Amino acid sequence: MEPQLSWYLALSAVLFTIGVTGVIIKRNIIAMFMCIELMLNAVNLTFVAFASFFHDVTGQLFVFIVMTVAAAEAAVGLGIIIAIFRNRETLDVDEASILKL
Amino acid sequence: MLALLFILFGAMAIGCALALVAQRHPLYSAISLIGVFISLACLYVMLAAPFIAAVQVIVYAGAIMVLVVFVIMLLNVEEEEHRRQRLKFLVPVAVALAGVLIAEVAFILVSVQESRVLPTSATSDVGITQSIGTALFTTYLLPFEITSILLLMAIVGAMTLARRGGLIPPRDAGKRG
Repeated sequence: MEPQLSWYLALSAVLFTIGVTGVIIKRNIIAMFMCIELMLNAVNLTFVAFASFFHDVTGQLFVFIVMTVAAAEAAVGLGIIIAIFRNRETLDVDEASILKL
Repeated sequence: MLALLFILFGAMAIGCALALVAQRHPLYSAISLIGVFISLACLYVMLAAPFIAAVQVIVYAGAIMVLVVFVIMLLNVEEEEHRRQRLKFLVPVAVALAGVLIAEVAFILVSVQESRVLPTSATSDVGITQSIGTALFTTYLLPFEITSILLLMAIVGAMTLARRGGLIPPRDAGKRG
């Protein structure tokens, strides 16, 4: 039996939901950051599955661009994390609830 | 055969994702996330997208995770200690929101299953590097160039943010030091 399109969509949905739950329940800012990466990957799986099942290369190009955005997000996000740690000596997001440094 | 592989890699991805959320130390979370990336790369190969699979391993499991692990080690992150949660009421809210999300997705899944779907074939040339390159440099040239500008902005932004002295201009920082 071949895997159907809906199987991939279900797997992607489960991964995305785990990512959302992680962002909500985690307190460490780096762990939240990694949960966001997990959500981006779940969406990528949907794109590749649709590209494969509809024989269209556009979905894979979207994945390519999403990966670039994820790399940019990683660089800027980790820069922000380092700046927060330098100012507050903690990575707990509850401690960084004020925008003022 | 393909169904068995899908179940294997899908279970690996979900297990690693659950471990990512369950681990208390960020370094173990990072290693679980690498597991998710690798199993997703295997699924991309099954979906006849070898180029995307290779980029997934090189960019995600390679570059991005090295950056994350580097920051974890640089900041010497400790394990999350057990302490009274200030926002404890958010835990049932999170579970409820996850249920809503799953319900929405189940609705979409039912809609997709009812619609007509073309059968997949492993012999299509959609996933090979040549077709991706052709599309990237002809039809989608503008998004490609905008992406390069985005990367330049990310480089400058990351350097500005992580520089010692933070966002203070160098003139004032020199006066203080």
